[in-house]
Amino acid sequence: MASTIRVRATSTGDITEVQALIQHPMDSGFVKDAKGEIIPAHFIQQLTFEYEGKPVFVADWGGGISKDPYVKFAFKGGKKGDDLKVSWVDNKGATDTTTAKIV
Amino acid sequence: MNVRSAIHFTSAALTLAMLALTPPATAADKIDPVADAKAFQKFFTDKFPKLKPEDFANGPYSMNEDLHRQWVEKEQFPPYEFSLEMGKEMFSTPFKNGKSYADCFPNKGIGIRQNYPYFDDKEGKVITLELALNRCREANGEPQLSYVRDEMAALTAYMAFTSRGKAFDIKIPNDPRAIEAYQSGKEYFYTRRGQFNFSCATCHVQSPGERIRAEVLAPALGILNAMPIYRSEWSGMGTTSRRFTTCNSQIRGVPLNPQDDEYRNLEYYLSYVSNGLPISGPGARP
Amino acid sequence: MTPTESGISRRLILQGAGLALAGLGNVAFNLAPALAAANDKYPEEAFKQKGEADAIKLLYGKTAEASDKVKLDAPEIAENGSVVPVAVSTTLGDVTSIAFLVSDNPNALVASYKIPAGTVPSVANRIKMAKTSNVIVVVEAGGKLYSATKEVKVTVGGCGG
Repeated sequence: MASTIRVRATSTGDITEVQALIQHPMDSGFVKDAKGEIIPAHFIQQLTFEYEGKPVFVADWGGGISKDPYVKFAFKGGKKGDDLKVSWVDNKGATDTTTAKIV
Repeated sequence: MNVRSAIHFTSAALTLAMLALTPPATAADKIDPVADAKAFQKFFTDKFPKLKPEDFANGPYSMNEDLHRQWVEKEQFPPYEFSLEMGKEMFSTPFKNGKSYADCFPNKGIGIRQNYPYFDDKEGKVITLELALNRCREANGEPQLSYVRDEMAALTAYMAFTSRGKAFDIKIPNDPRAIEAYQSGKEYFYTRRGQFNFSCATCHVQSPGERIRAEVLAPALGILNAMPIYRSEWSGMGTTSRRFTTCNSQIRGVPLNPQDDEYRNLEYYLSYVSNGLPISGPGARP
Repeated sequence: MTPTESGISRRLILQGAGLALAGLGNVAFNLAPALAAANDKYPEEAFKQKGEADAIKLLYGKTAEASDKVKLDAPEIAENGSVVPVAVSTTLGDVTSIAFLVSDNPNALVASYKIPAGTVPSVANRIKMAKTSNVIVVVEAGGKLYSATKEVKVTVGGCGG
């Protein structure tokens, strides 16, 4: 699994709860390294969750979000076996995407 | 409580603790690990009667409600997740010579973490899990791993994970060298060192649940059960070796090298007196 | 759409582009994604603001009133300033956006979440706090802004363990 994204999407009744943990340094650009030099800003700017082609949650993040960021939310809809697409783009233009099954 | 009375109180408590934990005067030659472990566990369960035995494996999180809630939130999707995944992958990847970690360990290395450390009668020394892993690598032509972080932490995280819930089951064979190693670990634990003149017991026997500056102290009972740990302070994983060496530095003492005899014996002692408590690793800590 | 500076300039560009299109006849339809993206734009300027008032102004164009219908869940004392779990839930209806700010962070805005219709107005995340500070959560509901604030203490120093 080379993706940086880990997702757990569980459907209970008519609500699907989603938790995501993403492997990313989320460097704010304010921290110095051992040599006293600033570690450049490197963080996810936008994280999108899509269900049936439509966004159900969009996160706009800054460097103030913790390393290996986590988020939890829930949306109405989603059935077991359906797909949930998760993708992010960071301030360097890097991206990653994964599709998780709702369980 | 002002500083002076705090010192008096803690000295008294330490003395009491020592008395509680050493055998009666007539048996000065007789080291009794069984009695030690019983007294050790009783000390903590008496001090924290509301805690279940397995709660002690959660360190400061069982000592403070505010910390506990933050921990529960993070455990939903824990910060050590990536290290654990890496560990599983590393563990199942063969060495260049075709063999793998499974060949070095009983039961292919699965569900055995609770048996470490053990006393090796051929070598006459305590063998820890971290040491065993590096020896396995050496025996198979692979370079040694740093004992304190990254790959070693990932491997031990995976092995701990396969033992989650299993009780520590450390054995002290009827061998004077093993008894001596155990006793040596115990003495290390209670010996003051460093500029701060703290022993491990100063914080973890006398002051569990209290604060050292801004941090809440963990009880010594169960303190290794969650290893290796993802510490917020490190923003990363660390092993038992990492914690022993950094603690020595933090009390302004000179740390030993990871896996030096004293540390191996210390781990032996600490693990033995927590026998019966479940492995909870890998864990998260502040 | 909130009238942010970039929103206005995009509209001008699109209007200009529309006029140009009319003049050109056959043109590849790559304006459609740009239009769709207009609502999804990352609020870069808001994230660059030092203070929370400026960040909120840029993000929403209005000010928030404190509301007990916004429930902010944050610790008393953060275990560690680098990972502080905070969450919000609200009984307000018609929620379209939720934002988290930390007054004494170098840039106050930490996160802004778009809540489409059908998504529960409740978010949990883990944020960095440079020091003891107010954590502010802002909820945009029915076109108005509501907020809740809690001071979270961040300590430095200890022995660890």
